[in-house]
Amino acid sequence: MAQRSLVRLSAFNAVSLALGLAFLYLPILILVIYSFNASRLVTVWGGWSLRWYHEFFHDRAMLEAAWMSLRVAFCSATAATLLGTLAAVALVRGAGFRGRTLFSGMLYAPLVMPEVITGLSLLLLFVATGVERGFWTVTIAHTTLTMCFVTVVVQSRLRGLDRSLEEAAMDLGCAPARAFFAVTLPLILPAVIAGWLLAFTLSLDDLVIASFTTGPGAATLPIRIYSEVRLGVKPEINAICTLVIAGVAVVIVAASLASKLSSAQGESAAPL
Amino acid sequence: MTSRRIFTRPARLAAITPYLWMLLFFLVPFGFVLKISLSQTAIAQPPYIPVFSLADGWQGLKDALSQLNSGNFALLLSDDLYIVSYLRSVVVALSSTALLLAIGYPVAYGMTRLPASLQPLAMTLVIVPFWTSFLIRIYAWINVLQHDGLLNTVLQALHIVDRPVVWLATDSAMYLGIVYSYFPFMILPLYATLAKMDHALLEAAADLGCSRLKAFWLVTLPLSLPGIGAGVLLCFIPIVGEFVIPDLLAGSDRMMIGQTLWLEFFTNKDWPVASAIAIVLLLLLLAPLLLYEKLQRRQLEGAS
Repeated sequence: MAQRSLVRLSAFNAVSLALGLAFLYLPILILVIYSFNASRLVTVWGGWSLRWYHEFFHDRAMLEAAWMSLRVAFCSATAATLLGTLAAVALVRGAGFRGRTLFSGMLYAPLVMPEVITGLSLLLLFVATGVERGFWTVTIAHTTLTMCFVTVVVQSRLRGLDRSLEEAAMDLGCAPARAFFAVTLPLILPAVIAGWLLAFTLSLDDLVIASFTTGPGAATLPIRIYSEVRLGVKPEINAICTLVIAGVAVVIVAASLASKLSSAQGESAAPL
Repeated sequence: MTSRRIFTRPARLAAITPYLWMLLFFLVPFGFVLKISLSQTAIAQPPYIPVFSLADGWQGLKDALSQLNSGNFALLLSDDLYIVSYLRSVVVALSSTALLLAIGYPVAYGMTRLPASLQPLAMTLVIVPFWTSFLIRIYAWINVLQHDGLLNTVLQALHIVDRPVVWLATDSAMYLGIVYSYFPFMILPLYATLAKMDHALLEAAADLGCSRLKAFWLVTLPLSLPGIGAGVLLCFIPIVGEFVIPDLLAGSDRMMIGQTLWLEFFTNKDWPVASAIAIVLLLLLLAPLLLYEKLQRRQLEGAS
């Protein structure tokens, strides 16, 4: 039994874990609490109030930005999920094709590349080709970025899949495309849904790439928040941020349901 | 055997659309960055010459090429502002990555020591902030760190300090913001490798007389090297180009290269210089980027 203690949670492990999680959550918790503060001074507690939420729902510019963000996130997440799933299938199932290294390189690079570079290069493409900037250019930019994340999520699920199921379907006379839609797609669906949700939140979150690729009068919510935050802390921003956090929480619950669904099918969920 | 063969062809067909998409919206744009970095600044819309228009065809392209100049790159070398920005970016990225590793490793290690039933929950708890807007998380810290913010209030109430300390607009605030934002990026790859480790190895080490510390040093640490590598690259590369965190939390006297690029582009409207900055930044990051891609591919191949 002495050896067992090696893999048990020691006091040091427990403390570092607790401190790590507190570090992650305390600032967010404080922000949420202060969003219900009645006082105009952000740090002076003036009792509970929904005043700043009320203010947000009467701020036209902020509401328009929020609507723009939601539309961009929906369109780009949908396009990114289609493209990213195709890319994952190609990488996992299509052994060696011409330019496969370049293909996978292009799919990994945006995951880590500084956003200023991605944003600048896309903007220069749009300017050089004379495309008018606005909703569609931001959507295209977000699709490019988020499809790489979708690819990673779907790919890890696809790799864990038993290939013989597809082969059985094809032995029974299924055309490959039909085998994909009848067998493979239902099996990877939780990862596809998780990928869509991830793409959606990433798009809602993005500031740098949206700033480069948007046009006049088409600001997204992060762009608006950013320009306000630069001028200092405002209680209204606390309320907006809390609403965004609440929205993300809903998305996370949906995602965990999707991954529960996936583990119920006897496979472990995608790591994101 | 034949069915397997059949399946690769539609899979290759599946590659066509995403492949073209990435070529068009990821690779081709770098061509434009390179071209504009070799152009001259102009007070015009767009603010650079020569402009290449698709309508002019091949002749237009040749004319545009003949007018290219490397003046912007010479400017980057001649002006201290740029060199200092690049250096500061690399130093900040190196030190915050080291900090992240030092803080993230014990947390990831602690996660693997939880009962198996609790590990998915711990992992979810680490990922959740990553799903929350990073701008909001940085803003949350501004709330805490500002002059009459919670931190100063608490410190004064506890009589640790007798007057408010300046936290905002300092390098410490910036490091805090970076470590906070990139925390999950360090923990997840570390946890992934540590969780895969075979505990029998530690038991064997203990049987052979290793102390816990020595077993960690000789067994756990070397086995977690791939995770350390992935975590370090995953943090280091984007931090070098970080723009928002230093802009909101650090003082305005010294800039990171992402801020300089932003300034040249949006404030000075000097697109060619901004492009040149981006090209040099990309060259600077090319080695770590390729390393990351190689590591990622090896990990995926190892998993299958």
